[in-house]
Amino acid sequence: MSTLPTPGAAPTPGQTVGPFFHYALPYEGDAELVPAGSAGAIRLHGQVMDGAGVPVPDALVEIWQAAPDGSVVQQAGSLHRDGWTFTGWGRCATDRAGHYSFSTLLPGSTEPGAAPFFAVTVFARGLLDRLLTRAYVPGDALDADPLLASVGPRRDTLIASPDPQGLLFDIHLQGPRETVFLTFPGR
Amino acid sequence: MTVPILSTQADVSLEIAAIADQHDAASPGAQPRLDYTPYRSAILRHPTKDLHHADPETIERWAPCFGPQDVDPLEADLTIQHSGEPIGERITVTGRVVDGDGRPVRRQLVEVWQANAGGRYIHQRDQHPAPIDPNFTGAGRILTGDDGSYTFQTIKPGPYPWKNHRNAWRPAHIHFSLFGTEFTQRMVTQMYFPGDPLFALDPIYQSITDAGARDRLVATYDHNLTVPEWSTGYRWDIVLSGSHRTLMDDEEPDA
Ligand SMILES: [Fe+2]
Repeated sequence: MSTLPTPGAAPTPGQTVGPFFHYALPYEGDAELVPAGSAGAIRLHGQVMDGAGVPVPDALVEIWQAAPDGSVVQQAGSLHRDGWTFTGWGRCATDRAGHYSFSTLLPGSTEPGAAPFFAVTVFARGLLDRLLTRAYVPGDALDADPLLASVGPRRDTLIASPDPQGLLFDIHLQGPRETVFLTFPGR
Repeated sequence: MTVPILSTQADVSLEIAAIADQHDAASPGAQPRLDYTPYRSAILRHPTKDLHHADPETIERWAPCFGPQDVDPLEADLTIQHSGEPIGERITVTGRVVDGDGRPVRRQLVEVWQANAGGRYIHQRDQHPAPIDPNFTGAGRILTGDDGSYTFQTIKPGPYPWKNHRNAWRPAHIHFSLFGTEFTQRMVTQMYFPGDPLFALDPIYQSITDAGARDRLVATYDHNLTVPEWSTGYRWDIVLSGSHRTLMDDEEPDA
């Protein structure tokens, strides 16, 4: 991995997405990276919860992932999906029960043996800046993953669990099961 | 912690001042504090554990791509989405999106949304009894140019009341959603207008405890962008966080 030096230009700060994003950010087909029920489609879904265990009905979840063969997709078309192009990116606003749901493909390993995961971004009213995390695909590759090895007992909060249609990944903003959120060099 | 059920502006201003006094020069506070409880909705929605330091893996060193099929150029004009002219002060907002190394973020998606001139959103949850403008929706999209530039036409949004505390008002702002060249640079923020008297009172703006960082959210009035007999102009540049990826052959640094 090559890391550029910490940049000199001062970054613009983030701010909360607020309560009024629903008419601007969600769009038709946003959460369907592939048509639901199509060949190879899986569901990645879960609930966003606050520190009292109450579902968050005004959160926005985004995923960004590799293709099943592990390649990084650089295809436009996420905002007007043509039904044939896998862009690797999707967005889903939570419903009244704090639930989000994507129809997508399983990401592959980007390097031999690397544990595949969905890169996840969370926005919400009350959340002053976006949160970044990973939803790992369960499997043997997890044992060798450096991030999972470094987080200690909260490791399970980063691993999706199998369910009948695909994978379940709940996001706890706070509380005893608080999800591990990530920060990267340069911010 | 105990928080009064319905605080006054004076209560909240005292909390803002107390946190500002603790402001630690060693940790500059250039991003909002997630645990900034003068913003009441943050109380149960902020992580209590420190963010975990991670090195970006391959997928996190890339960002999704958007292209001409995603964004109609007309989406950059929020004043022409209906049959009539919206009410309010026509403005142009323009600037550049660059990464932490100063490289332009090219052909990337910018999404904006805002209240109308009276401070009302077209959103079913907005209860502010200011009029809805039938000629203004307040949402737009732009694809940045090869120099990272973006431009859109809109109406200057009004300040609006909210229920954080009694007599709470947000300074006028436009919400921005930004992508970089890497997943780690994803950001949502708000652009403000110069000289707003509500800045000192607003817990969302004040959640950034570093004054210099807060200033970076404020656009500059630019008379060169003002169009005679038509509209006024504001400039606002956006710097995303640093990048981690080696430059590819097709990604020459800006000359
Ligand atoms: Fe707003």
